[in-house]
Amino acid sequence: MSGHTDMVLVDENGMRIDGRTAEEHRNIKIEAGVLSNADGSAYVEIGKNKVLAAVYGPRECHPRHLQNPSKAIIQCKYNMQAFSVSDRKRPGPDRRSVEISKIISEALEKVVLTELYPRASIDVYIEILQANAGTRCAGLTAASVALADAGIPMRDIVPAIAAGKADGHVLLDLNKEEDNYGQADVPVAIVPSTDEIVLLQMDGNMTREEFDRAVKMAVGACHEVYELQKDALKRRYSANAKEADGDEQ
Amino acid sequence: MSNEIMSDIRRDHILNLLKDGKRIDGRGSGEFRKIEVVTNCIESADGSARVKIGKTEVIAGVKIIPGTPFPDTPNLGVLTTGAELIPMAHPSFESGPPGEDAIELARVVDRGIRESGMVDAEALCITPGEEVWMCFVDIYALDHDGNLFDASNLAAVCALRTAVIPGEQYGKGENRPLPITCTPVSVTEAKVGNTLIVDPNFDEEQISTARLTVTTDDNGNFRAMQKGGMGSITLDELSLCLDRAVEKGAEIRKIIG
Repeated sequence: MSGHTDMVLVDENGMRIDGRTAEEHRNIKIEAGVLSNADGSAYVEIGKNKVLAAVYGPRECHPRHLQNPSKAIIQCKYNMQAFSVSDRKRPGPDRRSVEISKIISEALEKVVLTELYPRASIDVYIEILQANAGTRCAGLTAASVALADAGIPMRDIVPAIAAGKADGHVLLDLNKEEDNYGQADVPVAIVPSTDEIVLLQMDGNMTREEFDRAVKMAVGACHEVYELQKDALKRRYSANAKEADGDEQ
Repeated sequence: MSNEIMSDIRRDHILNLLKDGKRIDGRGSGEFRKIEVVTNCIESADGSARVKIGKTEVIAGVKIIPGTPFPDTPNLGVLTTGAELIPMAHPSFESGPPGEDAIELARVVDRGIRESGMVDAEALCITPGEEVWMCFVDIYALDHDGNLFDASNLAAVCALRTAVIPGEQYGKGENRPLPITCTPVSVTEAKVGNTLIVDPNFDEEQISTARLTVTTDDNGNFRAMQKGGMGSITLDELSLCLDRAVEKGAEIRKIIG
């Protein structure tokens, strides 16, 4: 976020270094049900980000003192794999991953019907296989699909995407260069049925106008991500249905 | 911050009052408690501040020592912010390494200071690529009655503003004030029921569903934000928070001078 660079991130035609316009997100690929042991799982690619999410539960809550007698708790663990970034990342939780795990858990809490499973834990594991800016949004997007894939009752699915600022332009879904040399980053996650915000962070430097524009862009794009999430779940279950039909014949 | 049990009658009382636009301590929804700041209260620190917001009390100290820069920023000083929620401050706090609440708190304060460029990192360079000043800000909650975020931010910022680089102690030239460029101020709001209240006290925090911390700089530009809590906030509520963060931020800047 230093912003000190000679690198041109947005050219005079408003084109970005990866050929996108300001309001375009990177290619997004979502697949549901990609692991066999987990109760639910999802794989998400957003540009060069590659993210896996797995859900176990509702199951007995450990450690037990965390149990809540009136509802289930969501315990998310966000982890970057050692080879996911250019310098090797030292394995194990650091302060960044603890914070991200916390805010993703809180974002999911709004949509999961946790009151149905008192004392239980719903464990969400997010593994970043390859990082290229926007991993917390990719992780949350994957986690929502994995929860739905696990058959956990939810009010809605949570899509997430970031907006930001680079070269003085408000841009959607920053890539690594734009994130490193840009001036601001605003990850946003919403409940699509109501447009309520369940995750919001910001760092950098933005005026009110720029921030409002970034949030509007991100909320709009969240709805696009939402369609892809639903599509992934439909593909997964229509494939299942076909298999079941085949067994019967 | 913790899962204390609160009686239903008190919870309902707070919620009912809020429906009439009142708070249990008589404040308006956009009103801070009394803010008191004492700086340079610790002589062994290179900068320090003790901040009270109502009954919430936080102390922050700065230590500045020479060290090696990060390889990718050879001519920039290093800034690190840590926070501890020590058992002294509240019965629900336990000793041991910082948990997720303390880590989030430290990182939100850190983000406000770092992203606003409050400390001129280039001016902390001693020998490019070899030696720079490393600036450690450590925050301790002493008494928790809600809104540790703003109290911690204020304590850290006030401690940095009074900090002195101890050149003489390390034979690196004269002592000089830490180069400061601006004053980032955070304003935290809690959503209780359907009302947003500035500077929540402990009880209000307990029954709140969501929290939003917004850090602004001297120009009223946004430098850091963090939404917390299991609930959600609407776009209109976000807009109110942003307006009040600018307004309250300017007021707090006046208080601390």
